[in-house]
Amino acid sequence: MRVLLPGISGLLARIVATKLAARDHEVVGIDVRPWAEPPKGVVIHTIDIRKRAAEDVFRTFRPDAVIHMGTVTHLREKSEDRYRINLGGTRAVWDHCHTYKVPAAIFVGRHTYYGAAPDSPLYHTEEDPPSGATSFPELADLVAADLYAGSALWRFPEIATSVLRLCYTLGPSHHGTLAGFMNARRVPMVLGFDPLFQFMHEDDAADAIVVALEKKTRGVFNVSGPPPLPLSVIAHAAGRKTFPIPEVFFRGFLGRFGLPGLPQGAVAHIKYPIVIDSMRFKKTIGYRYEHDAEATIDAFAKSQTS
Amino acid sequence: MRREVRERVDRLELPFSRFGVDNYGISKKHLADWFTLLGVLYKHYFRVQAHGMEHIPRRGRAMLIGNHSGGIALDGAMVIASLFFELEPPRLAQGMVEKFLNRVPLASLWMNRVGQLTGLPENALRLLEDDRILMVFPEGARGTAKLYWERTSLVQFGTGFMRLALQTNTPIIPFGFIGGGDAFPTVFNAVELGRMLGAPYIPISAYLFPVPLPVQLAVHYGEPMHFEGTGNEDDKAIEAKVEQVKSRIADLIDHGEKARAGFLSLPGRP
Repeated sequence: MRVLLPGISGLLARIVATKLAARDHEVVGIDVRPWAEPPKGVVIHTIDIRKRAAEDVFRTFRPDAVIHMGTVTHLREKSEDRYRINLGGTRAVWDHCHTYKVPAAIFVGRHTYYGAAPDSPLYHTEEDPPSGATSFPELADLVAADLYAGSALWRFPEIATSVLRLCYTLGPSHHGTLAGFMNARRVPMVLGFDPLFQFMHEDDAADAIVVALEKKTRGVFNVSGPPPLPLSVIAHAAGRKTFPIPEVFFRGFLGRFGLPGLPQGAVAHIKYPIVIDSMRFKKTIGYRYEHDAEATIDAFAKSQTS
Repeated sequence: MRREVRERVDRLELPFSRFGVDNYGISKKHLADWFTLLGVLYKHYFRVQAHGMEHIPRRGRAMLIGNHSGGIALDGAMVIASLFFELEPPRLAQGMVEKFLNRVPLASLWMNRVGQLTGLPENALRLLEDDRILMVFPEGARGTAKLYWERTSLVQFGTGFMRLALQTNTPIIPFGFIGGGDAFPTVFNAVELGRMLGAPYIPISAYLFPVPLPVQLAVHYGEPMHFEGTGNEDDKAIEAKVEQVKSRIADLIDHGEKARAGFLSLPGRP
C-alpha cells in the first residue's frame, strides 16, 4: 500500500513509518522538521503540508492512504501558529485526499479532546462532547482539528475517514505529554488530588495506527491500552518521587522552581482524570495491546537510567 | 481490626491489577485504611445493626435504594460498611457522590480511591453494566437537609435510578436507615455558608459541633424489587414505579423505628 504520512518526523510517526516500511508498505512523509536517517523504504519531503509543494506529493505519489500526524501538540508554539498549522494542515490533507481520490485517511488525535473536569464522567465514549477547550483554551485548536477531520465523514463520504483519539503514550523514547511530565526525578502533584492517567506503550500506539490503516476503518475511535492508574502509582513505579503542592502555590509557581511551564488550564489535567472507553476500537478492529502497565512503565524507566 | 479489614479487602471480587488498583481507580491500600476507620465507627461507635443481609446478592449487579436520615452522609458510609463487614464474600457498595466533593482536595482523592464516584448517570450505568453494586439515595441533597424533627420522613425522590434500573435490568434492594437524624440532629442548614464553601449547605447540629453522637444505628434491607421496562417510559409510568419503592422504604423505616429499643440509645443501652 502507498501510504503518505504528514508529520512524519514526530517520534510516534517515526515509529509508525518504520513499522509500515517493515510490512512492505511504500511510505512517503511530509514534514517541515527533518528526519536525517529514515529507514529504508521511507522517503521524506521537507515541506509544509499547507504549501503547494505538498499537493504535488499527493499528485505524483497517488497514495492509497494518508495518516495525518502533523498536528502540533506541544505548547511552545504560539496559539495563532498552532491554529494555522493544526486547522490549516488538517484542511489541506482532506482537501487533497478528495482532489486526488485517496480512498482512506486517518487523523491521529488525542484523548485530551474530552477535557478534565470535576463533573465529567470517569470514562468517555466517542459520543461525549469535546470539553477539552472549556478549562484549557490552549487545546481549542486540537479539538477543532479533530472535529474538522471528523466532518470529512459526511463532507467526503468517498474517503474512509478514521479519527483515532489516542491516550498518552509512554516508552523508551521519553516523548509525549506524560513522559515529559515525569522526566524529572520529582513529579509535582496538586495536593489532595491524584487523578487516573491512561497510557499505552508507544509501540502499541503505533501498532494501533497501523492496524487501523490495514483494516480500512471508518469512524471515530478511542484508542487506549491497559487500565488507567493514579499518577502517584505511575510515578512511584517509574522510580520517581512525588511532591504534592497546594494548588495556590502550584498555579503561582508554574514554570519556576522546577515546576513545568504549563498554562493554567493544564492544572485541571493534573487534578482530574481523562479516561477513555476504547471498546469500539477493540471490537471493530480486533486490536489488543501487547504491553501491560508494568511493562510500559518499565520501558520508560529503564531507558532513562541506561 | 486492621488484619480483618486487609483480609476482607483481599476477598473483594474486584479486578485489581498488580498495582492493587482496579479500572475505576479503586485502591486496595486506600480501601484498607478507609474500612479500618469505618469498622471502628460501624462496630464500636454506632454499633450498627444490619437486618436483611440475605436480600443482597453475593454477585452481580444490584441497586441499594434508601433514605437519608441525617445532615451528614453517615447513612451512606454505614451501608457501605455493612456490605463489607456482614457479607460473605464482602462486597463494595459504590455510591454516587455530590459533584462539589470532587472539587475538594483530599475528599476528591479519597472518594475516588474507595470507589465512590461523582453522581453522574454515565458513571452509574457503567458500574451496573460491570455488575457492581450501586448505592443511591434518591432524595439527594434534599434528604441530608432534613432537620431533626423531619428525620424519619421521606422527601421527593428523583426518578433517574428507576430509569437506570429498567435500562440495565437491575434488581432494586430497598433499605430503611434508622438513627442518622439522632446521631446528627440538624437544627439549621447554613445555605449561604455552604455556597461560599462550594457545598449546597452546611448542616448545623443542635450542639454546634460537627461531630455525630454515639447513637446506635440500624439498617433494614428489604426483599429485591424487580421492575420490567426499557427505561424510556413516560414520566408518569416511571413515577408510579418510584412510588412503589418509596412506599417500601417508608415501611422499612416504620418497621425499623418500632424495633428500636429507645428513642436515643446511648452506649450500654442497645
